[in-house]
Amino acid sequence: MSWASEGERAAFLACALAGLFEGARSIAIGANSPIPAMAALLAKARHPETKLIVQGSAEHNFFTGGGAEQFDFVAQGRLDAFVLGGAQIDGQGNVNLVAAGDYARPRTRFPGSFGAAFVYYMIPRVILFSIEHSPRVLVPRVDFISAPGAGPPGLHRPGGPTHLLTGKALFAFDREHAAFHLESVHPGSTVDQIIAETGFAFEHPDHVETTPGPSRRDRELLRGKIGAELSAIYPDFMSRAYGTGADT
Amino acid sequence: MSGAAIASDVDALAARIPDGALIGLPTNSSGVAMAATRALIRRGARDLRLVALPTTGLQADMLIGAGCVRSIEMAAVSLGEHGFAPRFRDAAENARIEIRDATCPALHSGMIAGEKGVPFLPIRGIIGSDILRHRPDWTVIDNPFAEDGGDPIVLVPAIRPDIALFHAPLADKRGNVWVGTRRELMTMAHASETTLVTVEVIVDDDLLADEKMAPGTLPHVYVSAVAAAPGGARPLGLPGRYPVDDDHVRAYAELAQTAEGFQAYLEDCVLRPIEAP
Repeated sequence: MSWASEGERAAFLACALAGLFEGARSIAIGANSPIPAMAALLAKARHPETKLIVQGSAEHNFFTGGGAEQFDFVAQGRLDAFVLGGAQIDGQGNVNLVAAGDYARPRTRFPGSFGAAFVYYMIPRVILFSIEHSPRVLVPRVDFISAPGAGPPGLHRPGGPTHLLTGKALFAFDREHAAFHLESVHPGSTVDQIIAETGFAFEHPDHVETTPGPSRRDRELLRGKIGAELSAIYPDFMSRAYGTGADT
Repeated sequence: MSGAAIASDVDALAARIPDGALIGLPTNSSGVAMAATRALIRRGARDLRLVALPTTGLQADMLIGAGCVRSIEMAAVSLGEHGFAPRFRDAAENARIEIRDATCPALHSGMIAGEKGVPFLPIRGIIGSDILRHRPDWTVIDNPFAEDGGDPIVLVPAIRPDIALFHAPLADKRGNVWVGTRRELMTMAHASETTLVTVEVIVDDDLLADEKMAPGTLPHVYVSAVAAAPGGARPLGLPGRYPVDDDHVRAYAELAQTAEGFQAYLEDCVLRPIEAP
């Protein structure tokens, strides 16, 4: 759909992500992730006891042990939820952050896997997130597996993907069958459009729900305290999304 | 005799890094020795082998663009919100450098193994990825303590850099270096043969004598040389001291899209030193 503004889209997607965080006691957000950060701050506004780790935020960082500590925290099972993006995501939930085309001489080289080849296995609730919903990102088969969506059999794997949220739809992931099914479609898109714009096959019920948008309370929070906090972390994004941004 | 050498400037410090060295580099927000990196490019370093702890960005991109790099091991090379690292991307797409893709905690584990003097550490995850498929130096064993057998787990070998190179807020005259909570810098120094550090300021007081500073201080016994380089992480930031110069990095990201633009950047910002604060 064509959103009224980038800010409208950000608020909608942040609310959808915040819904997927429901029940998580601890949430981590990586670098360069303004909408997931917005969602995590919203989740904390709803449930103040939630522990947040937001990269780039001075307030929402409690580690003192250097760069390795956050991964130890994950390995100890202390982190419930995380948001992961992908340059390519396929129907088995495999994620590619490395290269399109041949690995030895790629058509496009992406930055790299970051922590994905660890956190995707270890965090119980990983939400895949891609604003772009196109056959370019949602491919039949990724060119490089930074981290597999499921398995392999026999591996100690407490974590993995639970959902895929895009700019157009929400999918749930079935770990046993390593497959997505369509859970809801955002306002303005139809199931047929989603099928056409998704490079992999997925199941969907006869009647597909519409993804709910932000409540009045959500909007107040996003405009107020959360907006101010986010402006301190992502000034460029916030001024793009909301014009002036908040004064901080 | 006491402590680390105090180098006269960043060029003297960079002169201690030989061609072909395996150099450990911190992540973008942990104190990147950018002034020393510019000095390395000025001295025409060649065949450097970079290992990031665990990701890198502008620093590696500039070294790659300037032809200083033979190989890189990292979890990512990125300019963050300013996008892909253009010279890394160009070198990768044209197979001009050797790339060893890793994932963040595997690099931490390798460096910690180096620090501990053990040959490897085990790490969860990774199995079933193409990262593992392209890492013949990593191996998978069954957990020897599993009661019912099975339980495969990856072993990553120890990383022992020839050189650890980073920028920190302060050092004292003996070469004790304060890194605060950035403890991975201590790990990297412990694992490395030689540690070279640039700092904002060199103070008279003994950092180890101050109970508040000592826990965040890398003792001089691990430090080979320190050079004062105020603003030495710029245009990247130094936490608690100064932020990233986003305008500079944005301009770099555009210029470095082409070899010619990158060369112009080098001439403006590197070959003619801009090290004066």
